[in-house]
Amino acid sequence: MVIDTRVCVGCSACVYACKSENGIPEGYCRDWVVQETKGIFPKLTMENRSERCQHCDNAPCVTYCPTRASHYAEDGTVQINRSRCTGCKACMAACPYDARYVHPEGFVDKCSLCQHRTEKGMKTACVSICPTGSLNLVDFNDPKQEAQQLMNGKLVYRQKEHAGTEPSLYWISASNKPGA
Amino acid sequence: MSHGQNFSRRDFIKISSIFLAGSSVLSYGAMQAFSSHQSTISGEFGEKVIYSICEHCFWRCGIAAHVRDGKVYKITGSEHHPLSQGKLCPRGTGGIGQLYDPDRLAHPLIREIKGGKQYYRKATWNEAVGVVAEKLYKTSQVYGPSSIAMLHHGFGVSFFKKMLSEIGVNKIAKPSYDLCCGPARQASVLTYGYPSDTPEGFDMKNSKYMIFFGTHFGENMHNTAVQEISEGIRRGAKIVVFDPRFSTLAGKADHWLPIKPATDIAMIQGLMHVLISEEIYDKAFVEAHTVGFGELWESVREMTPEKVSAITDISADAIRTVAREFAFHAPAAFVHSGRRTNWYGDALQRLRAILILNALVGNFKMPGGVVAFKKFPLVQPPAAHEHLAYEKEVYSKYPFFPNDEPSNTIASHEIVQQAITGEVKALVIYGVNLPETMTLGRKTAIEALEKVDFMVAIDVLPAEVTGYADVVLPECTYLERYDDLDNGRAFRTPFVALRQPVVPPMYDSKPGNQIAKMITDKWGLHGVFAPTVEAGLNKKLGLIGSSLEEIKKKGVLVMPETDLYRKPGEPLNLNTPSGKIELASEQLKKGGFSAVPIYTAHPEPPSGFYRMLTGRKPMLTFGRTANNRFLGDLATAKENEVWVNQGIASKHNITNGEYVHLKNQDGVISEFPIKVKVTERIRPDAVYMVHGFGHTSAKLTWAYKRGASHNQLITRTEIDPAMGAVGFQNNFVTFIKEANA
Repeated sequence: MVIDTRVCVGCSACVYACKSENGIPEGYCRDWVVQETKGIFPKLTMENRSERCQHCDNAPCVTYCPTRASHYAEDGTVQINRSRCTGCKACMAACPYDARYVHPEGFVDKCSLCQHRTEKGMKTACVSICPTGSLNLVDFNDPKQEAQQLMNGKLVYRQKEHAGTEPSLYWISASNKPGA
Repeated sequence: MSHGQNFSRRDFIKISSIFLAGSSVLSYGAMQAFSSHQSTISGEFGEKVIYSICEHCFWRCGIAAHVRDGKVYKITGSEHHPLSQGKLCPRGTGGIGQLYDPDRLAHPLIREIKGGKQYYRKATWNEAVGVVAEKLYKTSQVYGPSSIAMLHHGFGVSFFKKMLSEIGVNKIAKPSYDLCCGPARQASVLTYGYPSDTPEGFDMKNSKYMIFFGTHFGENMHNTAVQEISEGIRRGAKIVVFDPRFSTLAGKADHWLPIKPATDIAMIQGLMHVLISEEIYDKAFVEAHTVGFGELWESVREMTPEKVSAITDISADAIRTVAREFAFHAPAAFVHSGRRTNWYGDALQRLRAILILNALVGNFKMPGGVVAFKKFPLVQPPAAHEHLAYEKEVYSKYPFFPNDEPSNTIASHEIVQQAITGEVKALVIYGVNLPETMTLGRKTAIEALEKVDFMVAIDVLPAEVTGYADVVLPECTYLERYDDLDNGRAFRTPFVALRQPVVPPMYDSKPGNQIAKMITDKWGLHGVFAPTVEAGLNKKLGLIGSSLEEIKKKGVLVMPETDLYRKPGEPLNLNTPSGKIELASEQLKKGGFSAVPIYTAHPEPPSGFYRMLTGRKPMLTFGRTANNRFLGDLATAKENEVWVNQGIASKHNITNGEYVHLKNQDGVISEFPIKVKVTERIRPDAVYMVHGFGHTSAKLTWAYKRGASHNQLITRTEIDPAMGAVGFQNNFVTFIKEANA
């Protein structure tokens, strides 16, 4: 995903859309919104982010899962096989992004990037609903290079790159100047 | 029957739980649908999708309701509807939280008295509408039709309006006029010759420079507006926000200017001064298409950036910069009129100031500037004012109250006052939770509700107002009913949209269209409404060559995009007395008001008190969503906080996350504590809290005692003498630490 924080308003439409799409129990969510303000009055800056599992290419959750419940799917996403999951939480300790929770039914759960939708050619629930168009589902192997076009000439970062996880969420920084 | 008895003073009744949905067998399934623990996902396949329109705010986006096994499991944005374009805000998605709310009103209720104690008893629909029909009819016979008034909020009201017109009742108010859209509407009528609309007429996605005064898109999730601002940002637009608080929109701004509250008109006069004195306004446009320029200049001649800086607490340099940048980017630049526009009782002039500022840069009907979106032309049957007792079209005493809007013939605070004085004897309240609606504050609202002889509340939830009613009629939600066709929204592609039932009404609730028909039938007035609501809609659609069957498929009929822009040399032919944009208004002058906007100072907070500012959270719409568990589930939605500047928090020795009570300038103390948010994001002379929390009805089991009520702390209001809107930002609060409360 390429997430444009310049336009995100942190409304949480993505969170509610995910909750109803994926039947997430009350009190839990697979994605969440962060509103980060820095500075001292009146010199302030803000970034809004819709966060979720980063579907890392080198995912610690997969490495540390003792039962291979957490695994790489063929499409490159990180998925959880519920029947193999014992709820031991090793993946939760390993994830630098705090993207997972224990479902009341005992297994660990997180963003599946709406695999049940993407495999039918649909966009994820969060991307489909987002009123600002902040969320962009892209194929990084696409020859049309949609992802590169979105990011060209802009300040873009990935979170906690030092952890070596190779996350596949790219963030267009809110600090970009107008017209970047 | 004892229902004929009169209550000299009606007590608030706590509705017994056995009359609410939670006790009903149906509610088990409802709870399951809404808080599902399904671990298998069957996806969107084999499900039914029904297109309708939302009712979580006045914007009325198109929705796609996804139904599986007879239950709505998710709501998304309709890809066919111009206002949503497949996208939806959180509140729209949250419709399932209202539909499956276990606190829903499940049965008609009638107030009774036994041994001096007032209580509700469950009634049949026949009985309940019988009481309403009889009481309203008798009241109109004895005291005349103007002794009955209706307060309404919500799209379903059209049936009740028609019902009341049959007995000559036309005293109708929507509180949203007083608080929100009224000043912008009337300022536009006086300045441009036509009322403002929803979405507001700004070509946002094509704009290069957008200025906002205190309006906070992103926190108010007006779907289309947020979509267009985002598109504007992607295309490189600059944003300027004047707001005492660092709002989410301010977070997107090139310039955030934390203006001193209550000084907007001075700021706008300062901006006008720079535009005119530096001769960077659009002279050709002003000469050709406006009147009153000389008078306008005289009124801003003395408002130099230095003088305005001293009033507004914004540097003179910043004022010059914004004015110059605005002129540079014009005509693809605008100042937005905003929403919930009445703050200090001078809103009409503040909004006129905004419209005049726009006119000075010649952005009228230009790409990226001010535009007039069009509505879908429905063929309207002739107005049904045949009843002899139909007295007049406008009851308001305010000279610039609209005389062309039949859903709003008087200000809501005038109805509240008339209920207190006895001029209004009976109230019909449709979807307005009066004790928590900002009209004149809570205390006055309750006085009015206790005073009237008869009150019927038509509602979905046991909101506070229902506890004061003689009869409570449980309407089903917008997802369970048809309403009238919606061509009330103007946009690039004019459209007419359908509200249609997604699932059948739950419990013993009924659609408003049936309730209104039952009442007119009781009056013996058959044929007021079509035999079925479907037949009525089909007939209306037939007049434009369509049918109910056709519109049901996509939920909307859409026209091609209209041309929004003026051509060179084209006269504007506006519907103002001069036919031009009125920088100075002769009409206002004749009414005894200033022809041009003039800044006047407003009261300052007493020492140790702070101006109480208000707003909203993106996932909530005040009363409509207060009890919505689905939306309330996120940590950020659970309660309201009071935002306090860091320095002020230290001064009062309060810390982030601590709970305090608020006390206002008249000694009113919030009955529930509120969490403190210590922040750099607000000026030291103001605090901020989201409206719509602190509910006192224990039957709103989710909303009860969550956060503090903003409305309770409003004891001072300023009414706009020209058009009757209510301002309430001259209320000031201080903190009482929880231990000392």
